[in-house]
Amino acid sequence: MFEDDAIPVEKIDRNIFLTTVDWIYNWGRQYSMWPAMFGLACCAIEMIGASTARYDIARFGMEFYRASPRHADLMIVAGTVTHKMAPQVKRIWDQMPEPKYCLAMGSCAISGGIFKSYAVLQGVDEIVPVDVYVPGCPPRPEALFDGIRKIHQMVRAQSIKTVRWYGKEKKEA
Amino acid sequence: MQVLDDLWIRIAVWFRGLLESFLPPWAVQLTMDVLGILLLIVLGIVVVLAFTYMERKVIARVGDRIGPNRAGPFGIFQAIADAIKMLTKEDVTPTNADRWLFLAAPIVVIIPAVLLYAVLPLGRGMVGVDLNIAVVFVVAMGGIPILTMLMAGWASNNKYALLGAFRTVAQLISYEVPMVVALLTVVLLAGTMSTVGIVEAQASFPFALVTPVAFVVYMLAGLAELNRTPFDLLEADSEIVAGYFIEYSGMKFAMFFLAEYINLFMVAGMITTLFLAGWQWPILPSWLWFLIKVVLVIFLMMWIRATFPRFRIDQMLGFAWKALVPLSLINLFLVALVAKVLEPGWVRTGVLFVSNLALLAGAIAIMAQVARKREERARAAGEAAIKRYYGSEVR
Repeated sequence: MFEDDAIPVEKIDRNIFLTTVDWIYNWGRQYSMWPAMFGLACCAIEMIGASTARYDIARFGMEFYRASPRHADLMIVAGTVTHKMAPQVKRIWDQMPEPKYCLAMGSCAISGGIFKSYAVLQGVDEIVPVDVYVPGCPPRPEALFDGIRKIHQMVRAQSIKTVRWYGKEKKEA
Repeated sequence: MQVLDDLWIRIAVWFRGLLESFLPPWAVQLTMDVLGILLLIVLGIVVVLAFTYMERKVIARVGDRIGPNRAGPFGIFQAIADAIKMLTKEDVTPTNADRWLFLAAPIVVIIPAVLLYAVLPLGRGMVGVDLNIAVVFVVAMGGIPILTMLMAGWASNNKYALLGAFRTVAQLISYEVPMVVALLTVVLLAGTMSTVGIVEAQASFPFALVTPVAFVVYMLAGLAELNRTPFDLLEADSEIVAGYFIEYSGMKFAMFFLAEYINLFMVAGMITTLFLAGWQWPILPSWLWFLIKVVLVIFLMMWIRATFPRFRIDQMLGFAWKALVPLSLINLFLVALVAKVLEPGWVRTGVLFVSNLALLAGAIAIMAQVARKREERARAAGEAAIKRYYGSEVR
């Protein structure tokens, strides 16, 4: 994921211009990451708590919870994903335009949590690619912010040359 | 002070002189016109950057939050981060969308918004064109976004987008009526339709003091025209997801956003021009006064947005047709009568002010009475239903 340590020096010299572009590109995406507005269970209450006065998600420029997935950059899967709900979660993910990120919030979204049953998906990573896992049952807003900052780090480490959404063939970001 | 007051005009004259030294007259005129248009467009974009940041900060402070503070010092580059994100976001066109209409709508929505800036007097002698029918121009251009919203809603081939578009059309057409009547009141008092003429007619009293009713009606109708809370029915998340731009992503969505904030500045500018004496008032330079008044009006709109929940659709249309339209019509009649009988001056202003306040108080009293009656009727109906169900009084 964090591949910037491994780049040889001569490769950097050739990419001075692109690193500046990368910096601006990543800076803009990092501070304007609008989450999709949907919650599935009790974790959603903590997600709402993260946007209230005490924690204030707006500091990161993230207070625009967009109801339409077409405007969203980050999907916070907050809560238990039942098999009934899974197609809708997948559909929201597919409707989001690139670049998009997914954060699995809480034990249920990570692994099904305590609900080891026929009705519950054992982890949202079975249907969508998850970038960051935030454990907890439910995690506090501070933990959510920690996860969000992990996503910010991930965004900062990406390069416009290697990201998966520009190349013709599939590349890993 | 005088130097500061016509600072921009001096710069324009100096630049014109510079051009005249090496260009033929027609080229000078062309260059100046193109530059003026470019300046107004740039003003529009600067307005968007400034007021999105201001809105997020103001709403955050009203909610006892901090607001954006990570992108740059105090988060002042927040809007730039948003712009970079929007520009680089994937551009999605739904498979079943009407492709050309879908592409055209975000482009068309921005044009009338920018065109309106032409008649806005930004300071003494600072106006794009001093049109003698500027007020009619404003109303006509204000009607075009309705078409683009319907275009966007229809072309997206999405039921929520279409519902949002229909709501918008119903709302904007309804609120156009009281808005035009309030404008008519001002035109009647000023005796001219030119925006510059209207500002000059307010040398002694701003029209907000002469007819407070028209001011209030125009303010409410302006909020509705901008689709701002409490009239943001078209993008009510809890009902229709995101309204007519639900399917737009990336820069196309940003164009609607842009048009919204350009219109915000325009409506605040029109309120300032029509009711708050525009760039007049002493001591400070005229363009600074204009800016201060516009920012205050916009702050008031943000304050309203942070305070009130949104209307239901029937309440909103009912408010337009049953409250604002009769109120503005009675006010127009009153102003026409007083303006005909009395000569301009202190007496006329006093009479109009007092009678307007009385009208406003009467309208509010009638509305409260109607609301009380309706509540009583609802309670009686509820009690009757309970009685039918249980067969007797509830203990």
